[in-house]
Amino acid sequence: MKITSPLLGAASVALLLTLAACGGGDSGSEGAAEGDGGAAADCEPSDGEVSLTFFSWVPGIEGVVDIWNEQNPEVQVEVQTGPNGNSGTYQNFFNQLEAGNPPDLGQIEFDALPNFRVQDGLTDIGGCEGVMDSQEQFVDWTWSQVQLGEEDAVYAIPQDTGPMAMFYREDLFTEAGIEVPTTWEEYAAAAEQVRENDGYITNFSTSDINQFAGFVWQAGGSWFGNEGDTWQVGLDSEESVQVADYWNGLIQDDLVSTLPPWTTEWDNAYNSGDAWTWVSAVWGANSLMSGAPDTEGSWRVAPMPTWGDEQAAGNWGGSTTAVFRGSEHPHEAAQFALWLNTSEEAHEALIEAANLYPATTEGQQLPALSEGVPFYGDQEIYEVFTEAGATVPTEWTWGPTMTQVYNDVSDGFSAAASGNGSLAEALTSTQESTMSALESQGIPVGE
Amino acid sequence: MSATPSSTAYRQSPVSRTVAMVVLGVFTLYFLTPIWWLFIAATKERGDLTTTNPLWFSDLNLVENLQGVFTYGDGILPRWLINSVLYAGVGSLVATVLAGMCGYALAKYAFPGRELIFNVVLGGVLVPATALALPLFLIFAQVGATNTFWSVFLPSIVSPFGVYLARIYAASSVPDELLEAARLDGAGEVRTFFSVSVRLMVPALVTVYLFQFVAIWNNFFLPLIMLRDERLFPVTLGLYNWNTVVNQVPELRLYVLTGSLVSIVPLIVVFLLLQRFWRSGLGTGSLK
Repeated sequence: MKITSPLLGAASVALLLTLAACGGGDSGSEGAAEGDGGAAADCEPSDGEVSLTFFSWVPGIEGVVDIWNEQNPEVQVEVQTGPNGNSGTYQNFFNQLEAGNPPDLGQIEFDALPNFRVQDGLTDIGGCEGVMDSQEQFVDWTWSQVQLGEEDAVYAIPQDTGPMAMFYREDLFTEAGIEVPTTWEEYAAAAEQVRENDGYITNFSTSDINQFAGFVWQAGGSWFGNEGDTWQVGLDSEESVQVADYWNGLIQDDLVSTLPPWTTEWDNAYNSGDAWTWVSAVWGANSLMSGAPDTEGSWRVAPMPTWGDEQAAGNWGGSTTAVFRGSEHPHEAAQFALWLNTSEEAHEALIEAANLYPATTEGQQLPALSEGVPFYGDQEIYEVFTEAGATVPTEWTWGPTMTQVYNDVSDGFSAAASGNGSLAEALTSTQESTMSALESQGIPVGE
Repeated sequence: MSATPSSTAYRQSPVSRTVAMVVLGVFTLYFLTPIWWLFIAATKERGDLTTTNPLWFSDLNLVENLQGVFTYGDGILPRWLINSVLYAGVGSLVATVLAGMCGYALAKYAFPGRELIFNVVLGGVLVPATALALPLFLIFAQVGATNTFWSVFLPSIVSPFGVYLARIYAASSVPDELLEAARLDGAGEVRTFFSVSVRLMVPALVTVYLFQFVAIWNNFFLPLIMLRDERLFPVTLGLYNWNTVVNQVPELRLYVLTGSLVSIVPLIVVFLLLQRFWRSGLGTGSLK
């Protein structure tokens, strides 16, 4: 080749990038202009027939939306789908907001909502008919999650939740004569006894940080806080460090295993009886069924251990239905979101299709959720989760940079699990990296 | 390879031959083990996946799994497979024709700016498809064409590497004298290209086709960004979607595995059908 070619190659790349940058800039500003029109104040019904697009990765959601489409010929909803949020969909949402063509409605998990809010990607539907009145139908903690610290604003309708409880091997505990722990203190004591029986009381997830966040949530801590536009970061708060020190001790004494979750190894530990408990969310019931099929009938569910006498539970997972900036029909979109997440028929269909655990108190009482489950010795396990959901603290706040937080904490935790540093140190260093991540995005950080 | 002249065979020492065979054997094993694992996994019941030997059969359940995976979600998997075949099969055919014509023109016609165009195309080889996905999305968004068949198909018919290969190959394998003769016989340029040059360029074109077919089949990022309608997905994206929700619908774990096995079949078929042309082409080149 001649010498000129690399230069020309570079030039053509630069040309392409410039083109792309122009495209992004133009359409982005269009999107923002439209967004101003979608504020809460003018949430009026649209004239004539309306068609909405709704993005969700819930398997089988089409069947649920079909029910709505049959009943509402004048507001037709088209389902769009893709991988789950963190596997590419959130990035796509941001790209679409940038290009000015997001769907009208989208599924967003609780922990990602603040990010979309900070990037101005959501429409405030607080002024839409019926939205504010729906508050009492939802489990307490979910509502503060969708208001994002603003009094009159509502940025999404809660869809499903993941209240936490403790799955435990009833047969193994009985056989070894160990009491089922009800406090974290008893849990640590039981862990030693379990270890004497060649088991681990549980597996601590160092890579999926949501479990640990659920523990801190239960203890009454919060990793973030916001007042108006200003954010506070509390990764190294008292509660957070307390929970970190507790688990750090268990890891150091080799009382819990630290296998990566959602892997065959993990399944195997639970299937073979190496792991005796799992403090997890309601959807964990299905994970155990699929991952540990040989243990059918041996598991039971109890409330998660507590820090004192007071009952409290954490939450792990759950999502919302949000209306994106730029939607031309916020009223109809809000009505659809309310129907999807509060009506009995939609709940039943969602439970049937994808085992979603509703965010409304009424939805959690549905017949499908009050039956005994054979895998858990016919225990009516969902009662435990319903009670847990009612005791989830409402103070917890997610931050705008959760992906970065998860990555940094996970790196620190993994290092700690292999003997470098401690869980608390991981939190301290993530506290710093999070502050600077917020500042670099121009998000005001307060004390 | 059976045609290898025996004169080279006896010159190899047994040691070097053994070493070569061992190295080849190790690599074969390395490449085939995952496929073997996939095949075994696809024959198992869901419960046996984690509990039985991953590299050997337990209860044979392949037929039920195939039935399950083909009917799940109103039979969406066959649709994904057809989409993939359209994107990759038709897309790479068009890409090959375009690249062949472009490379041929650059090799055989002298015109001002020829080297400049060629160098720009070469620059395109250096840009990975992944890096282009987002700019393409923004461009398609401006004309309102995201989430359409064309948003994945059109970018797929561009193959800078194909142009490069076609040019190099046309320059060395299509003699100018032959083109002169065709012109003297009264054939137009287009006819000359399609009835004379294409035949001489077949090995290169098959290579371009195969490369582009695999590139489109494996280009996961572009459809991920462009498409939101499940019915337009290629099979790679569809299976990826399923895989991200196995926690909610446990039977999908097995369907992802069985679906992956099904999805590599077209690739194997294309390779088996076309490698004949490919090998003969490379072989003829070396014998000259």
